[in-house]
Amino acid sequence: MNPEMANAAVQASAHGATVDPFVFGFTVFVLAVFIGYQVVWNVTPALHTPLMSVTNAISGIIVVGAILAAAPSDMNVGSIMGLVAVALVSVNIFGGFLVTQRMLSMFRKRK
Amino acid sequence: MSANMVAMAYLAAAVLFILALKGLSSPVSARRGNLFGMLGMALAVGVTLSIAGTHSYLWIFIAVLIGGGTGTLIARSIPMTHMPQLVAAMHSLVGLAAVMIAASALYNPQAYGIAAADGSLHIASRIELFLGTFIGAITFTASVVAFAKLQGLVSGRPLVFPGQHLVNLLLGIIMIGSGVVFCMTGEWTPFLIMTGIALVLGVLLIVPIGGADMPVVVSMLNSYSGWAAAGIGFTLSNNMLIVSGALVGSSGAILSYIMCRAMNRSLFNVLMGGFGAVAGSSSGGAREERPYHTGAAEDAAFMLQNAESVIIIPGYGLAVARAQHALKEVADVLTAAGVKVRFAIHPVAGRMPGHMNVLLAEADVPYDAVQEMDEINPEFAETDVALVIGANDVTNPSAKTDPTSSIYGMPILDVDKARHVIFIKRSMAAGYAGLDNDLFYMDKTMMLFSDAKKACEDMLHALK
Repeated sequence: MNPEMANAAVQASAHGATVDPFVFGFTVFVLAVFIGYQVVWNVTPALHTPLMSVTNAISGIIVVGAILAAAPSDMNVGSIMGLVAVALVSVNIFGGFLVTQRMLSMFRKRK
Repeated sequence: MSANMVAMAYLAAAVLFILALKGLSSPVSARRGNLFGMLGMALAVGVTLSIAGTHSYLWIFIAVLIGGGTGTLIARSIPMTHMPQLVAAMHSLVGLAAVMIAASALYNPQAYGIAAADGSLHIASRIELFLGTFIGAITFTASVVAFAKLQGLVSGRPLVFPGQHLVNLLLGIIMIGSGVVFCMTGEWTPFLIMTGIALVLGVLLIVPIGGADMPVVVSMLNSYSGWAAAGIGFTLSNNMLIVSGALVGSSGAILSYIMCRAMNRSLFNVLMGGFGAVAGSSSGGAREERPYHTGAAEDAAFMLQNAESVIIIPGYGLAVARAQHALKEVADVLTAAGVKVRFAIHPVAGRMPGHMNVLLAEADVPYDAVQEMDEINPEFAETDVALVIGANDVTNPSAKTDPTSSIYGMPILDVDKARHVIFIKRSMAAGYAGLDNDLFYMDKTMMLFSDAKKACEDMLHALK
């Protein structure tokens, strides 16, 4: 049903009936939750801690929003908050990926 | 770069994140998966920098340098026993960043290209900002409290006061009310009230939850941080952010479910809190004295040496005593002598999902010698010696036999089915749930009263 749903949305917009961008976003959101559900149930329980640290790093993707907030050339409250947010999530991105790598390098097979 | 190119690059980044999670289905592919994740992040950040039309590259670079440097230092130096705290701390950063990004979007809608003709925000953007902000704010303070409990900065005991749920409910209603006012008007005042109450609620929601339930809380906050990221994605109409947030959100939700199932508790029951406080007091007084067998480390070593197969059941007490390496050497000596040695892990053996696996891997225990509860349970009946070290409640047979027990129904490791049991423990004191364990009093059980590390070293000495 999922591809049809996306198709229907595309067709609706092609025929001139405007679909709110939120509805497109929501379509993507619901489909991504299904993908996440499938992928995460396949993660071996032995790697649940690395799973958490790597999702920590991935949630650092909001750095995209932080960069846009920091972008304006004139310094004001908004762009300073953006810069602070960039620094905060950089801790997640670097820390999350590197600590995951460190943990994964410990998992060795029997010699 | 054209808008289509940008969208395609973001799509590639989203696919790389999915591959990063997919890699974790096996330790062999996991490292490559992590590289995919890094690549996706680099791509997303690079593309964003190129389109942001920014004049403050230098400042952004400095911010990344400060944050990235801190993250790198922490990632290299953090002890593996402290992983739950680190993860909780990172959730708090995502939550705080989400709040700041939302506030900045409200202050500067033009920077995001989401301003209406008159420079204010569309109603849809306001609703998205409202959702992203309150989830982010709750994630922030809740994670700070979880971090403080895990780090031992505050007591792990649940803090319960009368009317707690009523207070939370009232605050929740006021928060949503101010959120609705904000969505209607776009004013700062209701936005700030809403954010402030969400910050307070984050604290109040976590204080009644006891230390033993922290694995669930950490998983749940993992989920929240993902939903907060997805909320920001809706604000920016950025599908990649929505996908990434949804992946993280569902991952945390599934982990919370797995943890709850392993403790036979509902998520609702955990969140209502107060577990440790109630159970601890109820079973304190009426404990009968029953006979049990004790032995020395030499006796344990003798039993292990003469066994054909041994299953070791490690718990968090092992890590607290820093006995992993000594235990690993015991396992090595036994394996070299032809004994079949395996490790059995209960899902709540550590302080977060999969924690014990990482602690054993750190001690160089090969991952194919480590088995999960469902895999190993049928094997206990065929096993000569089960060695329990630093674990207690996850081996308690009353979870199966005694409907009045507070852990009744919780899945356990079937240690009682093994031919002999060696139970290493400091004293006869009760476990986390405050329960007596029938396993102690079985004829086939030998209690070895010692510190976990000392017991392992003594056994090693006797084996050599």
